[in-house]
Parts: sequence; C-alpha cells; structure tokens
Amino acid sequence: MQTVVSQTSPPKKSFLYDPKVRGVFYQVLLVAVVGYLFYVAATNAIENLQRAKIASGFGFLENTAGFDISQSLIPFSAAGSTYGDAFLVGLLNTLIVSAIGIFFTTILGFLIGIARLSTNWMVAKVAMVYVEALRNVPLLVQLLFWYIAVLGPLPQPRNSLEMGAGFFLNSRGFFMPRPVYAADAWAIPAVLAIGLVGAFVYRRWAKTQQEKTGRQSPVGLVTLGLVVGLPVVTWIVLTLAGANPIGFDLPKKGTFNLTGGMQILPEFVALLLGLTTYTAAFIAEVVRAGILAVSKGQTEAASSLGLKSGQTLRLVVIPQAMRVIIPPLTSQYLNLTKNSSLAVAIGYPDLVQVFMGTVLNQTGQAIEVVVITMGVYLTISLVTSAVMNIYNRRVAIVER
Amino acid sequence: MSTTVDMPRFVRAKQEEALPPPNLTRGPIAWARENLFSGPFNTVLTLVVLYLLYVSIPPLVRFLFVDAVWSGTDRAACRADMGGNEAGACWAFIREKLGYFTYGSYPISQRWRVDIFFALLGLGVGWLLWLRAPRRDLGAIYFFWLFPIFSYILLTGGNANFSSRFWIGFLIFGALLIALFAFVAAILKTSLRPALIIGGGIVAVVGITLGLMSIDFGLSPVPTALWGGILVTLLVATVGIVCSLPFGILLALGRRSKLPIVRMASVVFIEFVRGVPLITVLIMANTMLPLFLPGDITVDRLLRPLIGTALFSSAYMAEVVRGGLQAMPKGQYEGAMSLGLNYPQMMVLIILPQALRIVIPGIVNTFIGLFKDTSLVSIVGIFDVVKTIEASRIDPNWAAPNIGLTGYAFAALFYFIFCFGMSRYSLGVERRLAAGQKR
Repeated sequence: MQTVVSQTSPPKKSFLYDPKVRGVFYQVLLVAVVGYLFYVAATNAIENLQRAKIASGFGFLENTAGFDISQSLIPFSAAGSTYGDAFLVGLLNTLIVSAIGIFFTTILGFLIGIARLSTNWMVAKVAMVYVEALRNVPLLVQLLFWYIAVLGPLPQPRNSLEMGAGFFLNSRGFFMPRPVYAADAWAIPAVLAIGLVGAFVYRRWAKTQQEKTGRQSPVGLVTLGLVVGLPVVTWIVLTLAGANPIGFDLPKKGTFNLTGGMQILPEFVALLLGLTTYTAAFIAEVVRAGILAVSKGQTEAASSLGLKSGQTLRLVVIPQAMRVIIPPLTSQYLNLTKNSSLAVAIGYPDLVQVFMGTVLNQTGQAIEVVVITMGVYLTISLVTSAVMNIYNRRVAIVER
Repeated sequence: MSTTVDMPRFVRAKQEEALPPPNLTRGPIAWARENLFSGPFNTVLTLVVLYLLYVSIPPLVRFLFVDAVWSGTDRAACRADMGGNEAGACWAFIREKLGYFTYGSYPISQRWRVDIFFALLGLGVGWLLWLRAPRRDLGAIYFFWLFPIFSYILLTGGNANFSSRFWIGFLIFGALLIALFAFVAAILKTSLRPALIIGGGIVAVVGITLGLMSIDFGLSPVPTALWGGILVTLLVATVGIVCSLPFGILLALGRRSKLPIVRMASVVFIEFVRGVPLITVLIMANTMLPLFLPGDITVDRLLRPLIGTALFSSAYMAEVVRGGLQAMPKGQYEGAMSLGLNYPQMMVLIILPQALRIVIPGIVNTFIGLFKDTSLVSIVGIFDVVKTIEASRIDPNWAAPNIGLTGYAFAALFYFIFCFGMSRYSLGVERRLAAGQKR
C-alpha cells in the first residue's frame, strides 16, 4: 500500500521556526542588551563625574598645560602652551618616531629576510637565530634592555664617546652636527624639485619610446643624475661662488655638557632601536614568505625567455613577491606605529605618554582623553587599511 | 632518403680506465665548500659573518658564564669597588630574588598554595596539549571549569561570603530559568526532558561554582595586591587565553553572520580593538572601568587589566578564526544543511572542528603574542615579571652597574622559553596535521 503525500499545501509550522523571525529576534535582543549596557555605563559615568566634580567636554584643551616636554618639534613651554598644544606635540613625536622607525626597519627587515634565504648556510642560520630570538621576547623587555641596560651606563658628557665628524654619544643622548641654512639655501630644494619632475617626464618618455621601438633608454642613470647629481652640482657651484648655502653647527664639548649641534634624546634612541630591531624580525619573515610564494616555474620560464638573472629578479620575481609581501608589510608598519606607544615605559614623550599620561592625570578627564587618543590611532589604522584594500584590489590576481 | 647510423662505431672496443671516485662530494669539507665557500661572494659573506660572531659571541659567553657571579647575598659580590667582580652577570641577584620574581609579595608561609596552582596549571596544559592523552574531553572540563574554581580558592583563600539574601535570589532566579526553558519547550512542542536537563545543568554548574567559592577551607585570605611575578604573568596569560578563544569564536561567527546588526556590531568591535594599541586599552580599563560602574562597586586592580587583555585578544582571535571559517569549502555548509542540521548544530558538529583545526598555527601565534603582551600590564602598575624585576633593580641592597642587564637577561630568557616552546609545539601540530593531508 502506498501513502500519497499531498504537495499542494505545505505543513503548517509555528512562526517560531521561521529563520527570519528568529533573526529579527536575535538582533533586537542584541540591540537591547548593548543599548542597556551603554545606558547604564553612561548614567554611572555622569554620576561618578559629578561626584568627583570633574567637568566634562573638550574645553580643557584650551587650558594652560603647566608642564614641560623634553622633546618637541613645535615651540612648547610650560607657561604659555595649552593641553591642545601638548596633544599636538605628542602626536608629532609619535609620528616622527614611527616614520623613522619604518624607514630603518624596512631596510633591516628586507636584508634579514633575504639573508634567511641565502645559499650560504652560515648567513641563513645567523638570520634565523636573529628572527627567533627577537620575535620571542616581548618588545617591552627589549626597550627596557636598550634604555636601561645599554644606554643607561653610558659615560657622562665630559667623557663622551667620540665617533668622529662631530658625532658624540653620552648619557644625555646622541649628539650630531646641526645643519645651518643660509639665505640662498632655498636653491637646493628648488633644483631637487626640478630634477624630480625631469626624471618623471624622462621615465614617461622612455616608456613610450620602448613600447614604440623596443629600445631601452638608460632610465636609472638619468634619474640618478637628475635627482642626486643636479642638487649636488648646485651646492658645489654655490659654495664655489662663496655663498655656502648649508653649514654645519658642530657640537662642542664644554665643562658639563655639549653645546651646539643637534641632541637626540636617549629615550628616542632606545625606542627607535627597540622598535626597529623588533619589527625587522617580523618583516624578515614576511619577505621570506613572499619570495618563497613565487613559484620556481616563474624563474625557469624567465630564464627560458633569455632574461638575465638580474632582469628575472627585477621584472618577474619581485613584482610577484611584492603582491604577497605588501599587505602583511603594511600591518607590520601599523604594528610599529601602535607599538611606539610603549614609549610610555621609558619616558619618551609620545602621544600616550604626554596625553594619556600627564594630561589625563592633571585634568582627570579620562573619557575625553581616552576617546581622543584612541581616535588618533584608530584613524591611522583605518586609513591605512582602506588604502591597502584599494591597492590589494588593483594588484590581486583576477581568476575567471 | 634515409640516414643510416653505423652503430658499432659508437661502441668502445676496449675497456676504459675507471675514473677515480669524486673525492669532494661528501663529508664536512665538501659540505663547507658547497654551503659556505661556493663562490667569491659567498666566501666574503662567510668571513664577514665569522668575524661578527667572533666579535659578539666570546664577550657574551664571558659576560653570562665565565665572569658571572653565581653566589652572594648582596651587592658586595657584584661590585668591583667592594671586592667583588662586576665584569660579568650577577646571577647571585637572580638567585636571591627568585622567590620574589616567582611569587611577588605573596606571604612566604602561603607560597605552597601558588606551587599547587602551578602544578594544577601544568596538569591542565599538559592534558590538553598532549595529543594522545587519555580522556581529553575531561581535560577540557577540568581546564575550563574546575581549574579556575580551584585556582580562585587556592590563590585568594576562597570563602567568598555571599549573604543569605543572595542565595535566596539565586534560587528564585534558577527556578525561573528552568521554568522558562520548560515553557519554551512546551511552545515548541518538543519533549520536556532536554529542556529540563539544560536548564537544570546551567543552574547546577553556577550553583556548584558559587557554593565551592563560598566554602571556608581555612585558608587565610591573600589580597591580589600581594600577588606578583611569574604567578601574575601566567595568570594574565591563562585568563586571556581561556577567555579569548570562546569570545573570539563568537565574534568570528558574528562577523560571518547574515544578520546585518549582529555583523555590524562584530565588525565595529573587532576593528575598533584591533586599531588601537593594547596599552591604550589597558589604560582605558584602568581609568574608565571604575567610572562606568555604580559608585559602590569597586573592581579589583588586578581584574581591570585582565578584562582589557581578554577583550583585546578576543578581537585578534576572531580574525584568526574567521580565516578558518572562510577556508571551509561551501560544500561543507551545504552538506550540513542537507542533513537538516540547524545553525548551532552545523557550526558545532561540522564547521568549527574543521575550521579550528586549519588555524591551529594562527591560534598558537595569537597565544604567543598574548603571552608577550602580558608584560604591558606592568605599565599600569601590576606586578608581573617585568615589574618585579624593575622593582628589584632599584633595590639599594643590590645597587651595582650590571644588575639591570642581568635582570633583563633573566626576563628575556623567561619569555623566550615559553614563546619558543609554544612556536615549536605549533610547528609540530602543523606537521602532524599535514601528514593527514598528504597523498
């Protein structure tokens, strides 16, 4: 015997089984819980702030700071500057240590990453030991190591270590010659700009020429000449003409301290050393993975086309490796920028140390200070990842 | 036209003398030639590296071992001007302060409790990490439920005094919860038994936990302000790891969810937390958590950074888990749906086991990062390993020029052993999993 199931009317089911209803229910629940938490937190915060008699709002940024900062790129004084200025000083200090750190760590990281792939056994092993040792020790310990154990015991200014050419190292930091610009120094950056534009135009012309005729022009040499040669020649000519556009103010040893020159704080040196060597270990791994990701067939195909090994590297391997390297490399740059906040442990006046440390303690306006500081880092992160996503979409391999 | 080849012409008529064996394809000299001196450039590189090693290794060995001071009770042993030797590391300092580095200011008579905590932690970690250990499901229950309760009782002294009003409230709440489950079961017209078991189970687990916490075992209470050193470092790391995995999985599922509000909330949380440095999260937890709570509730000073690290590592864990979820072929989802599994069943039984297995290396990497990041709690004033070393370094009784170096060498060694061990373990797991994928 057969039972026939009618297909015309589906069995009636409770609306509780409807995925749409469940979805709406879960989302309403989430909104209600999060909203309730925010409401409770906000009312408590208002109550607590009133009890502690702390004003709210961003008006405190106009108040006089009343503390000094050991290093600032813009004029800052305890008497005249506001908390807003302090914020700017901290932000600039964070950006400058990040920018210089990114520059050096890229060079070091690429060197070590390539060294790990070297056919020379000893070079590869030394690079591996470097990576393993630096990756597995917290950055904070490394920073304290550089600051307290290495830079701490340096001699007093009187017994500074001389490194020649006006470079000195002592317990007050690193001293180097400070360039002094004369009135006609503007000529050099102007010539540099002309050289850059010229190089750019020449590159475009060389490319179209190659596409038309197949002839390659000496792009590298001409670019070098325009960008480096032209300003140097200008400098020499100006000096010979007796104008001396850039002079150097050398640090001189006094009785108690060095005078003149440019002083770089030991905190800055320690932070830069720590950030650079630590991040380089990670960049080395990124670079190694990127180069290994280019399949051997690509190299073989290039040499079967008759490319020289230098051309293979420049035209075939590196462009493909970069596609793999750039996204994780950017996150390492971001990590370096975020890790520069550890400056607070050794007293370099970065954003966190100045703003989240001193300003927060003085004003007690925790919410505003935390919101501003986190907003800065968040903006840097989000902008970077947005730019990265655009880049990624442009270079990603498009499959079917 | 055809070409004929006169074959015999290519066959030798007489025996040729055998070539001597290649004398330099095996053995250390051949190896060195191949790997160290294969060309002028490589030779120069090798020599440069050898020189660098010559410059750096002997002084390091001399500092750490040969010239090191191994015994002594105060700075006299490590200062040249007091008849000691300051050329090397001052291991006597580490030996003298080891108790402080391990337990912080935990009362000396009570330190056996911390030792038991270490042993219990080792037991749980070993049980879960040793892949052929018996009954690893029991191990998970032990590690995620019993072990936290035992540790709480051991370290704080337990004896949390809940008022009788609290217990009455708990009983009413529990009864309501079971009733709710039964009510839902009745509406859905399913059998009542699983609902009662689940509801009763939740109430029982919470009840047993609270009950154990309130029993007086006669242990003297030790406030968290006295905890320190390796104890605190391991505690922060363990709490971070235990919390970040489940929260991270939830966030990753939320981010992959089809429900727009759930997805938005997860994305905002993950991107917000990942976009800021950990130190700002810790400072925020430290200064703002008390602001957001009612005035009469105080949060323990150790608990605040714990919450901060747990939030922070969950966001990172979520991205790792998301990678695993994205790597799952669509067929796995479709297969699960075709079996008629609902969403939780599909995730728990089919997707997550496979997805998590794929990303074990990523998970361990996040753990390593978390373990290193625990050192940042020292910045907000928690006495972890780094902070205890900082505090001992400025002890006037041990004022000597090489104390700082020795202290940080010890800290580096401590972190290195743990992190390197974890990374080797993850490599081992990866290799073992890859063995199953090989054809």
